[in-house]
Amino acid sequence: MTPSHNPPAAARRPFRWAALKPQPALVLWLLPLVFMALFFYAPLAAVFGRMAQGFSAAGLGRTDAAGYLLRVLGFTLWQALLSTVLTLALGLPAAWIFARLRFPGKHALHILITLPFILPTVVAASAFSALLGPGGWANQLLMALFGLSQPPIQFMNTLGAILAAHVFYNVAIIIRVVGAAWSQLDPRLEHAARALGASPARTLREVTLPLLRPAILSAALLVFLFDFASFGVVLILGGPQFATLEVEVYTQALHMLNLPLAALLSALQLACTLVLTVLYQRVQGTRRVPLLPRFSDELAHAPRTRAERLLLWGVLAVLVLLILLPLLALVLKSVLLVPRGGGPASFTLEFYRELFINRRDSLFHIPPVAAIRNSLVYGLLTVLFSLGLGTLIAYALERPGRLGAVLETAVMLPLGLSPVTLGLGFILLFNAPPLDARSFPLLVPIAHSLVALPMVVRTLQPALRAIPAHLRDSAAVLGASPLRRWLEVDLPILARAGAAAGVFAFTISLGEFGATSFLSRPESPTMPTAIFRFLSQPGSLNYGASMAMSVLLLLICAAAIVVIESILRRSANAAQR
Amino acid sequence: MKKTLFAVLIVIVTLLAAGCAPAAAEQPAELVVMTHDSFAVSESVITAFEAAHQVTVTFIKSGDTGAALNRAVLAKDAPIADVFYGVDNTFLSRALEAGIFEPYASPLLAQVPDAFELSPGNEALPVNYGDVCINYDKAWFAAQGLPVPATLADLADPAYAGLLAVQNPATSSPGLAFLLATIAEYGEDGYLAYWESLRANGVVVSNDWESAYYGNFTPYGGGQPLVVSYASSPAAEVIFAAEPLDEAPTGSIIGPNTCFRQVEFVGILRGTQQRALAEQFVDFLLDVAFQQDLPLQMFVYPVNTQAVLPEAFAQWAESAPAPALLDPALIAENRERWIQAWDQAVLR
Repeated sequence: MTPSHNPPAAARRPFRWAALKPQPALVLWLLPLVFMALFFYAPLAAVFGRMAQGFSAAGLGRTDAAGYLLRVLGFTLWQALLSTVLTLALGLPAAWIFARLRFPGKHALHILITLPFILPTVVAASAFSALLGPGGWANQLLMALFGLSQPPIQFMNTLGAILAAHVFYNVAIIIRVVGAAWSQLDPRLEHAARALGASPARTLREVTLPLLRPAILSAALLVFLFDFASFGVVLILGGPQFATLEVEVYTQALHMLNLPLAALLSALQLACTLVLTVLYQRVQGTRRVPLLPRFSDELAHAPRTRAERLLLWGVLAVLVLLILLPLLALVLKSVLLVPRGGGPASFTLEFYRELFINRRDSLFHIPPVAAIRNSLVYGLLTVLFSLGLGTLIAYALERPGRLGAVLETAVMLPLGLSPVTLGLGFILLFNAPPLDARSFPLLVPIAHSLVALPMVVRTLQPALRAIPAHLRDSAAVLGASPLRRWLEVDLPILARAGAAAGVFAFTISLGEFGATSFLSRPESPTMPTAIFRFLSQPGSLNYGASMAMSVLLLLICAAAIVVIESILRRSANAAQR
Repeated sequence: MKKTLFAVLIVIVTLLAAGCAPAAAEQPAELVVMTHDSFAVSESVITAFEAAHQVTVTFIKSGDTGAALNRAVLAKDAPIADVFYGVDNTFLSRALEAGIFEPYASPLLAQVPDAFELSPGNEALPVNYGDVCINYDKAWFAAQGLPVPATLADLADPAYAGLLAVQNPATSSPGLAFLLATIAEYGEDGYLAYWESLRANGVVVSNDWESAYYGNFTPYGGGQPLVVSYASSPAAEVIFAAEPLDEAPTGSIIGPNTCFRQVEFVGILRGTQQRALAEQFVDFLLDVAFQQDLPLQMFVYPVNTQAVLPEAFAQWAESAPAPALLDPALIAENRERWIQAWDQAVLR
């Protein structure tokens, strides 16, 4: 790798970027815009057009429509707010320990906390139920200790279950997005504040947090929007007493066939997403916080003070309880055979073997290798699509101008559209060759990219904003070509955020079931499809096999995260040398 | 270094993607069948049909019973399939009202009892039936020394407080079937009072069968030894047991009016370009080979009287001798209203 201060060959003629000057932002936007128009806005228009057909004739099919809408909207906002606050309360201290402390098992833990992202909700529900359900470990322990006849902990089907699951799923967003910014924050600013006599608390309040604000706001918005559009968690862990807008869209559209009401709910959800995104833009403004490219872990140190040790162990304990224990429960469920009618459990690999057996000569048996391959292909294609488009969008958003704000909102909207609505749009629009799921296999990763894109853009944006202008200017003065400047100034800073974005895109694709199930390509089933197929019939073998498949999904995902991160990190460190 | 890694990544993706792509060889005619997620069939049975008719059959699984049908209704102007299998008698009226099917009087209907033929114009033809019943955990009741409840009324008895798990009829097909059983038993005037007494007795409601069965049912670590499932579920428990069993660990309560019989239908989707093949496929579903394959694939009973039940199924599966009955027209007229009233009475 050549050092970056090498002057260019005198004969090299600089590429004439000036020729593109008239509308450079538009050029960057073209590809993402065409993509969004074709795969998001067109299906959206199709489905709303179709849903609105029955509007006047059928009415809303409810006498208490206004009260019902308010109740659903109110609960949706309330649980999203609570969940986001809790996720931040755990995520921010955790982001700090990952950015600034060294401790054994740090890298492994960083990967483990991302794994919940891929778990289908049914599987996460099983894991939580194994811990906190009526027959779960916690209740069994308490009943044995205190001689109780009834399980003391009521967890399933409560608001607490919804909140815990939301933190379980989303804390990685805060840790990864804020952590990426924190680990690259110039420590001299904090040192200067301390040297000038500020207490650690004051330094945190007046130096560090303001500098991290863009990353925190960005991550918090993502978490809020994910919780706001929560579907599986509310449906399965919350139970029928709780309904978010997303759950009601699903119920009304697919079960009650009340399309006008589904359209109204869906529009309400989109409108809320729109308002939140605009509010975010107002608050965020165009603040820039300079970050410097660093080797990973450059700023981390072993815990030095008692307070640091206390914080480290406190956060680790919560992460282990909330994230590692449920994952461990799944692993145990996949290898333990509990005899009917009691008795000690014994170790078994029966459930893993069962995955490979087509017991009934079923046409729909999914060989695990095929499911893994399909999931990996979709995942990697999603990473390529969403990182490519996301980088273009992030650069376009850096251009000043009003257009940027409008377009930024346009990119964020997919977060607020229920997969049910989007899926119906895909069915209405892409149902004939060449654009149908069967003759155009890329439709599945494209749908996944659509879901991943807001997240990728949000993750790249703070890093991009933070690239110090003076680095680019110096490189330009030294005669580096635009491409060279990008490779050696932008890329090293972007790569860390890019690794986080890529991992998110991959995990979104791997765990995504909503959109895929609409575009179902029977010839290429994914791992979540296989899990659901086992779970849809009674029998301890089916249940065990679904747990085994879930553990395989976890392992494959962890391995893939290691590979994606090492590729992106290596490219960052290589460019830096 | 970086370039090499990226190149390797791209090559891997391309290779894997190529492996996924369907072969571009000359293809025979294709028949597309839309169905629900629970559909299952033996490979050999379908292969025989494909060979006999020079056709490739593609199945599109589109969610559970209600969701799959609603997708077919939504896409009726531009149908994405030729045949729809899996609408049941609780949703039949919706399919017929929406006019998604073309009539077809299959000659094989002669082998099906008239009681199953609920679509007078032959738009939807019966294929199989199964009973939605309450399952109970045998070991739990034996350990507690409590008699297994025998009637719906027993479930409201304080002796069984907090022991029953059901599904939300708005989001679950067995949940809706069980609601209909209670309406058949207590009538339109009495079912809400019955549900209020169930609520007072601590009934646990979940949104889907998976959560109720694998989440709430005691054999899987849940808190309720009674769950709404199918009369054939105990058979599946034996056939899919992790350790060999000589007796089903669960049982079904199949007393008079405690179960609701679901009949599933197939229909040719209006506007198909493959009418002849679609008719052949409908005949195939009603014929003995497929009908005998049904029980162990989907754990339901065949409607064709000539079909012989597989031994394992005949040994373990039960069906209700006197399931609850409701006029399909009455269901059609009141379904949404009943579900909404239930929602108010049980959840709010």
